[in-house]
Parts: sequence; structure tokens; C-alpha cells
Amino acid sequence: MAIVVNRPQLTFAEKCYLPSLVAGLAITWKHLKRAIFNKGVVTMQYPEEKWDANLPEWYRGAPTLVVDEDGREKCVSCQLCEFICPPRAITIKPMEIPDGDKWRKVEKRPEEFDIDMARCIYCGLCEEVCPEQAIYLRKDYSITGLNRAQMVHDKKTLYKLGGVMKGLVFKWNELK
Amino acid sequence: MDTALILHFLTTPLVFMLWTTFLKSFIFLNVVIIVVSVTVFAERKVSALIQDRVGPNRVGIPLTLLGGKKDAFFFGLGQMVADPVKLLTKENFVPGGVNKFYFWLAPKLVMIPPILVLAVLPFGSSLFGISMTIADLNIGVLYIFAISSLSVYGITIAGWASNSKFPFIGGIRSSSQMISYELSMGLSVVPVFMICGSLNLNEIVNWQVVNGWLVSPYWPQGLSAASLLHPADVLHAFVAGLSLQRLLLWVPLLISFIIFLVSIFAETNRLPFDLPEAEQELVGGYHTEYASMNFALFFLGEYAAMFAGSGAIVSLFLGGWSCPLIPDGSHGWYWGLVNIAVFFVKVSLLLLFMIWVRWTLPRFRYDQLMKLGWLGFFPVALANIFLTAIILALVHH
Repeated sequence: MAIVVNRPQLTFAEKCYLPSLVAGLAITWKHLKRAIFNKGVVTMQYPEEKWDANLPEWYRGAPTLVVDEDGREKCVSCQLCEFICPPRAITIKPMEIPDGDKWRKVEKRPEEFDIDMARCIYCGLCEEVCPEQAIYLRKDYSITGLNRAQMVHDKKTLYKLGGVMKGLVFKWNELK
Repeated sequence: MDTALILHFLTTPLVFMLWTTFLKSFIFLNVVIIVVSVTVFAERKVSALIQDRVGPNRVGIPLTLLGGKKDAFFFGLGQMVADPVKLLTKENFVPGGVNKFYFWLAPKLVMIPPILVLAVLPFGSSLFGISMTIADLNIGVLYIFAISSLSVYGITIAGWASNSKFPFIGGIRSSSQMISYELSMGLSVVPVFMICGSLNLNEIVNWQVVNGWLVSPYWPQGLSAASLLHPADVLHAFVAGLSLQRLLLWVPLLISFIIFLVSIFAETNRLPFDLPEAEQELVGGYHTEYASMNFALFFLGEYAAMFAGSGAIVSLFLGGWSCPLIPDGSHGWYWGLVNIAVFFVKVSLLLLFMIWVRWTLPRFRYDQLMKLGWLGFFPVALANIFLTAIILALVHH
């Protein structure tokens, strides 16, 4: 069914534009005046002001490696994350833990662990797939570099970003 | 040659006229170009503030490059330099299918008319006895109309030479827009000539110095800074300023002021009449295919036209370089400088007004502009002339 929309009957003042023109100018003037004194402007000056404190708990930033309270690196070089990584950003070179080491029974740890942040898509699949609770997505998001080589996070950087994670499962500790 | 001979040569009337005119043109042109780049910055900043944004605020002096601790931002004023430098150093890309000759000619045709218009604007009273108008033409206003409407050729040619549909539509719109408003614009200032009795912008401004700005209904006659000390003189000036004719003439003058102001908006392709450009509909309108300095010339042309248009409005209706209680340049060179400053302040305020309007009003539709020009302003401007004539004939001083 056709809907009839009646055109509004305009008064002379409305027809000659001028009153609404002045009203419009008044509105923009109000905004201009407010903005000059820096009220009403909500822009955040990014590098100086950040929203980091308000990032949610589940924020997916850069993937990092963590150590537990005992200082043991959690990663056992199973390479599941390397296999699941959709953009193939992760490269792991495993090594055997030498005899005499306190954690010899874990058998393996990464010799090299590189995440190419130029490829990483922050999907979090590595964190999800990890059976050892070794890799976590932290809240760092401003990853920059001047070339491709600088965009690769090596093992040292990853542990530095990750730090110590508390309250994880002590899978390899002695039974009490 | 000794100094006396050179001085004698420089003060021969013709040579004196030549070098002072050259100097005036050079300085005025440069000042205007600086004002234009400040206007471009102001456009960005004011638009940002009106929309509750921050606007350009980063480009300043890069002190960190020179070993400093922090950059000095200066509210982003460095943008005025950065913008032209960017446009100058960009690649000047010319698309393959264009008509090369007209493609290169068009930006110049847009840039030149506003600069030519500057020649007749009285931007000051006099300095050291030299009139602060570059060319004191007897047909100043006609000259402005004749020259400023030429810039439409640049836009139309740009639209046609680009060999692309959006610029073409922009060019077509520009020419039809010109037909719609040019007529009412010319007719709207006829009352000014009838009242001032001259087409010379200098004489129009001088008339306003004596009889008051044309937009005001009342002017204390012959009030000066010296007479402020004598209450009797002040009273006399205020009484002498009262006149029925002037009060009645206020009505047609206000109408012609509004019509002329709106027409200048259309003339300079400013919103709400920027149909040739219309970013939302026509990509960039007539300058879609232009890059680098060719584009910058369009840009400069638009803002120089804004300056020239504002200068014309100020000279015709807002008293030119005059300000109440401030004497003209014949009372000392410093007053001459003050007069020039007054002119530039008035023009700057009008430029700010243009920017303010731009971020307030939505664009007129194509047919609405035509309707406004032909059915609104044209008859009103025509009737306005007769109204002025009747008032001038029936009501005497």
C-alpha cells in the first residue's frame, strides 16, 4: 500500500532560509567556542595519552613466552603452536635439555623461538593450543621496527615481554 | 652617477609612479599569498574546532632533529609551510587521455583573475602621500565583475580537458552556476553606485569615510578623535548624522549586501555553493585529475578569490580601510599603516565568516541554486534598484 507523505506547510520564515541559517550558525558557533577552550573535544593525543589502563582482561596483544615461579621456561618445544599458526609466524628450533640440568626430565626446550611480528595476526591460536601453558598473548600492541629483521621477536625478547606467570599447573614439579 | 641624480630620476612623475606601483603590487601580492596560506590553515583548524576535533596540531619546529629534547608544536602552525612544500615536491602526474595544452592552461586561468582583481582594491588610505591602491580605475567595480567571472573559464576548461566524466560535470555545473548568480550580483550593487555616485572603489570608500559604512543605518557625521574632547561637538555629530533618507536607504542596502555576499560565496565556489567541486558526488569535481602544483594552483586560486571577494565586500559595504575615530594616512604614516591593518582585519573576519558558513550549511542542490538565483535574487535585486531610486528621489536630506 502506498504511503502518502504530506509535504509540510512551510511558513514564510522557513521558506526564506534566513532564520534557520542563523540558527545553524549559532549552533556551530557554540561548538567552536567550546572547542577553543578545549571542552567537548574528546580526541586522545595518542603517543602521549594512551588507553592502556582500560584494556580488557582478554585483550590479545603480542604473543609472549612465560616462565613459572621456579624460573623454569614453560615451553617444551612441542611445536604445536608452530603447526597451528595460520600465518606461519612462529619458528622453533628445539634442543634436548642436557644431563645434569634440574629439569632434565622435561627432555626438551626451545633453543631458538622466533615470532615474526610482521606476520603475526594476533589470533591467539598459539595460546589456545599450547598444552604447557607456555605462550600467552599479552597487552603489548605497538610493535614497531625499521626493517623485517627488527620485527622478529627472538626467544630473549619473548621471555622479556612475557615475564613470570603465576598460578599455572605444576606439571613437572616433584610430588609433595 | 651621483645620488642626487638617481633621486631626481626616481622622483620624475612617470618613473615614480612606475616603481611605487611595482613595489605596492609586489608587497600586496606577497602579503595576500601569505594570508591565503594562513586561511588554508585556518580552514582546517576552524573546521576541526567546529566539529569538536583537534585539527592539525603536530607540525611545528622539529627541534628533536636539531638535537632538542622536545618538538615545538606551535598549535600546528608549521602546517602552513608543510602543505605548500608537500604540493611542490609531489610528482605532477598528468593522466594519459587529457588534452595537454588546456589541462596545463586551466589552473593558471583560475589563479590569475583573483590576483588581477586585487589591483583595484583600496587596501589602505595612503602612505607617505602615495595612494594605497595599485590601480585607481574609474570603473573599478565593473573591472572586478569583468575579471572575476573569467575564472569560470579555468574551471570549465579544466573539466573539459580532463577527459573524465566527473570533472566534466563539475565544469558544466560551474558555468551554469555562473549564469545564475552573476546577474543578480551585478544588479545588487547598483544601489551602491546610485548612492555614492561613482564606480571607483576609492571614491566609494571615501564616501563611506564621510557618510558612514553602507551597511549601517546611522552615522555620526564628522565625528573624530579630536572632537571626542568636546561634548558639544559629539552631540552635534550625533544630531547631524540623523537623516530619514539614510534610515530608509538602509533597507535596500541591507538587501543588496546580503545578495552580494551570497553571490560572492557562489562566485568563489564556497559551500553552500561548491557544486563544481562537490566531493561527495563528483570525487573532486573539476580538479579530480590534477595533482601536485597544478592542484595547488586551483587551491590557491580558490582562496585568493575568497580574499578578492572579501576585499570587494569590505570596500563596497563595510567601509574599506576606514574605522570610526581613526584618521586617514594624510595625518601621518602610522595612521596609513593602521588603515591597512584595519582593511586586513575586516577581510580576515569575512574569511573566517566564510569558513564558518562552510561548516554550517549543507550544499545546495543544483536546481535549488538555479531557483535561488533566478527566482529569488534576480527579481529582488531588480526591485531593490527601483526602491533605492524612489527613496533617493522622494526623500531628501
